[in-house]
Amino acid sequence: MEPSESATPHPRPQGAVGDARQQGAGGDVRPQGAGDVRPQGTDGARLNFDVALQLLEQSGHGPLPGEPGSDAWLQAVIDALVDVSSRDALTGLANRRSFELSLSREIDRVARSGEPALLLALDIDHFKRVNDTHGHAAGDQVIRAVGRVLAETVRPMDLVARVGGEEFAIVLPNCPAAFGSQVAERIRTRVAHQAVEIAPGERLKATVSVGGAFAPQWVRTTARLWMDRADLQLYRAKSEGRNRCCLEPAAVSLVSAEEKGLLFASSSFQDLI
Amino acid sequence: MTTATASTKTTAKGATGSGACITAVTSGKGGVGKTFVTANLAAALARQGERVLVLDADLGLANLDVVLNLYPKLTLHDVFTGQTRLEDAILPAPGGFSVLLAGSGMIEYSRLTPTVRDQLHDVIQQVRPRFDRVLLDTGAGISDVVLYTVSLADEVLIVATPEPTSLTDAYATIKVLATTQPRRLIRLLVNQVQRVGEGRAIRKQLQLVVDRFVNSGLDQPVMIELLGEVPLDPSVRESVLKRELLFVRAPGCPAAIGIAAAATKHIAG
Repeated sequence: MEPSESATPHPRPQGAVGDARQQGAGGDVRPQGAGDVRPQGTDGARLNFDVALQLLEQSGHGPLPGEPGSDAWLQAVIDALVDVSSRDALTGLANRRSFELSLSREIDRVARSGEPALLLALDIDHFKRVNDTHGHAAGDQVIRAVGRVLAETVRPMDLVARVGGEEFAIVLPNCPAAFGSQVAERIRTRVAHQAVEIAPGERLKATVSVGGAFAPQWVRTTARLWMDRADLQLYRAKSEGRNRCCLEPAAVSLVSAEEKGLLFASSSFQDLI
Repeated sequence: MTTATASTKTTAKGATGSGACITAVTSGKGGVGKTFVTANLAAALARQGERVLVLDADLGLANLDVVLNLYPKLTLHDVFTGQTRLEDAILPAPGGFSVLLAGSGMIEYSRLTPTVRDQLHDVIQQVRPRFDRVLLDTGAGISDVVLYTVSLADEVLIVATPEPTSLTDAYATIKVLATTQPRRLIRLLVNQVQRVGEGRAIRKQLQLVVDRFVNSGLDQPVMIELLGEVPLDPSVRESVLKRELLFVRAPGCPAAIGIAAAATKHIAG
């Protein structure tokens, strides 16, 4: 089966402009002459925006504000390009690049705020089988559908990303240990219950394995090592039979009033001798 | 948190054929005398004929150099960056043991990165065959670097004082270690005790709380063992201010005797 149009992971080369125009938002991104402008503050150099604008058009971007070449227009081009390069083309979710950046920021935020965060690593079970049996287009449909379920199941503050072929990741800021296992389980069941329509009248069920690792208050690590820990748990979930969640035990360093009560139960330790 | 390359040994019966027994010295709270205890415990062990290395694993906020009054040209930083060989950065310390100091410029290593992880692991593996005892002076508090350093050690020693804040932080450290590492024996040294037996009472109380709130959720219970208690002693302050080891300045004082007894117990395993 032919790979679907939207499965193309990278922007098309210049030769494929014709197609890209048809997909775009009616050519609004590229008014006459916008591809070759002379912005202010560039020593009069002419800059070529043609490929950038084609890319935005192909990604379905709407019209850009301001006169081509003006500061407002340039800023809008930059913002739009940042947006495109942060997203996964197939699902519209954050891509790996922007996700790792968010993870690093989240580590710093946790260290400052003290609120633990949870990182989930998810992988569609037996995805190769879907591709082999139903074709890549069906595989793409499954990836899109799972991505949609993930995005709909988490809170607005959580970030969902597609980080690889059939791999997803979610970072959940301010996520206490007890809440973490609940949300992981909710995501898993929601995916399992949703049937994906891969062709008219033809439906598929997909499941995901989920691994998770917390970043506690005292986290001083890197995005890479945090991902490694979540991946290790994902590997566990896979080897324990798939369609399940495995979370690294949360290391709770908080000492409750009850614990303190017992720790200082004796008014003076000398009494205990 | 990171236990990927951690030793799973839960007990350590002293130096074995495979090299040194590695002990991580840590404390929940700063300012409890962790570095002071580490340096003097090393001196006490050396006096008993052990080949001892103290490795300054307090990356970022090292002060072992201040305690020992040593300012070497070559440090762990140079080893990490490949600017020197490990053996050239290991120096003799006044107490008859060897040190590998962190040095300045280590602040960049206060975050656990793949580089820090691999370098620390490699350095510890390289020193293991050359000594009988290696003490890792970790940073205070709980962090990924501290937990990782502890995971590399054969045993862990927590230094605490009888102060409620120190005990709370020591307990929090035990809790985190219990949930993130397979280690089930944790040793305790109580510093600055006011009366004989205070260390024993503190160990008992900590074990009680651990049994109730931590061990109930574990397959195998965490046991806390008292390595020793060090009495509050004016000689300690004097030696710290003079930046001399207690074992050099006042080897017969009560605190030195307490540390010597802990060393004897440490060797006995």
